[in-house]
Amino acid sequence: MAMLDGNAIAGELYDVFGAEMTTVIGVCASCGARHQLGEQRVYVRGPGTVVRCKSCTSIVLVLVEIRGCTCVDLQGLAEIDLRR
Amino acid sequence: MLDPPDWPGHDAGQHVDVRLTAEDGYQAQRSYSIASTPEDEHLVLTVQRLADGEVSPYLVGELRVGDELELRGPIGGYFVWDVPLGGPLLLVGGGSGIVPLRAMLFHRAALRSSVPVRLLYSARTLADVIYREELIGVEPDHQGADIRVTLTREQPSNWRGYAGRIDRALLEEVAWAPSESPLTYVCGPTGLVEAVASTLVELGHEPRRIKTERFGPT
Repeated sequence: MAMLDGNAIAGELYDVFGAEMTTVIGVCASCGARHQLGEQRVYVRGPGTVVRCKSCTSIVLVLVEIRGCTCVDLQGLAEIDLRR
Repeated sequence: MLDPPDWPGHDAGQHVDVRLTAEDGYQAQRSYSIASTPEDEHLVLTVQRLADGEVSPYLVGELRVGDELELRGPIGGYFVWDVPLGGPLLLVGGGSGIVPLRAMLFHRAALRSSVPVRLLYSARTLADVIYREELIGVEPDHQGADIRVTLTREQPSNWRGYAGRIDRALLEEVAWAPSESPLTYVCGPTGLVEAVASTLVELGHEPRRIKTERFGPT
C-alpha cells in the first residue's frame, strides 16, 4: 500500500485539532522516537487513516470517520509536544 | 488561478485541499500543492490530469472562469521553506512534485535571497517538464539558481541535460556535500521520494534536514 507523509493529512488533522499539526512533535509510545507529525508514515487507502512511526513503524495515530463523526485513536503516542 | 476570498496568504510549499460535491451529495477531495509564491497576486494551483482520476479531469477539463470551488487551506507547516530557514538548498522533484518546489524557487528569487539553491527535476520526456520555459527556457536566471533536469524515458537529440532516473551517481554529482549541512526538500511519487531520501542518507546527509512529500503511486 502506498505510503504518504503526515503532511498529506494536514487538512484532516487541522479539522480534528483546530490547529496546524504537521510541525507538532509526537513521541512514539513504542520506541520513544520524536518526530514531527508531518514526517511520519501515512497510509490513507485502508478503512480510515493510519499514521505509523517513521522509526519503528508502530501505529501512532488512527483517524476513522463513522457516520459523520471522526474518531481519533492516539494510544500509539506517549506525548504530543505542542512547542514547535 | 484562483482568488479565494479572505485568503490569509501562504508559505512556499503549502497545499490546499479541493473538495468537489456532486448533485447527489457524493464528495471527493484531493490535495494540490500551491505553485504561486506568497508574493504573487493570485493563488495558482498546477493540476496534472489523471485519466482515471475523480477530481483532476474536472479541474482540468470542466472548470470554467468564474466557477467556485470549495477550498481548505493553506495547509501544512512541515514541507515549507522560507528565507530564514537558509540553506544551501537542494530541491529534488519528480513529475508534478515540482509544483511546491517551484513556489520555493520563485519565492527565493522574489525576495532576492542569496541562499544557494540547486534544483534537480526528473520528468519522463521534455514534453512532461512542467514550467519548461520558466525553468530551462532561454534565460532562466532565478537569482542564480542552479537548475538541472533529467529525462527518464526519452531525450531529444540536442538534449544537454541528464538522462535516466535519479540515482546515487547523479545525487553525488548534484547534491551539496553533506559537510555543508544542506536543507533538502524532495517531492514526487512515493518511489522516487523513497529512493532519493534513502540515498541521500546513505551519502551522509542529516535525515532531519531532508523533508519529503510523497504524492503516492504514479
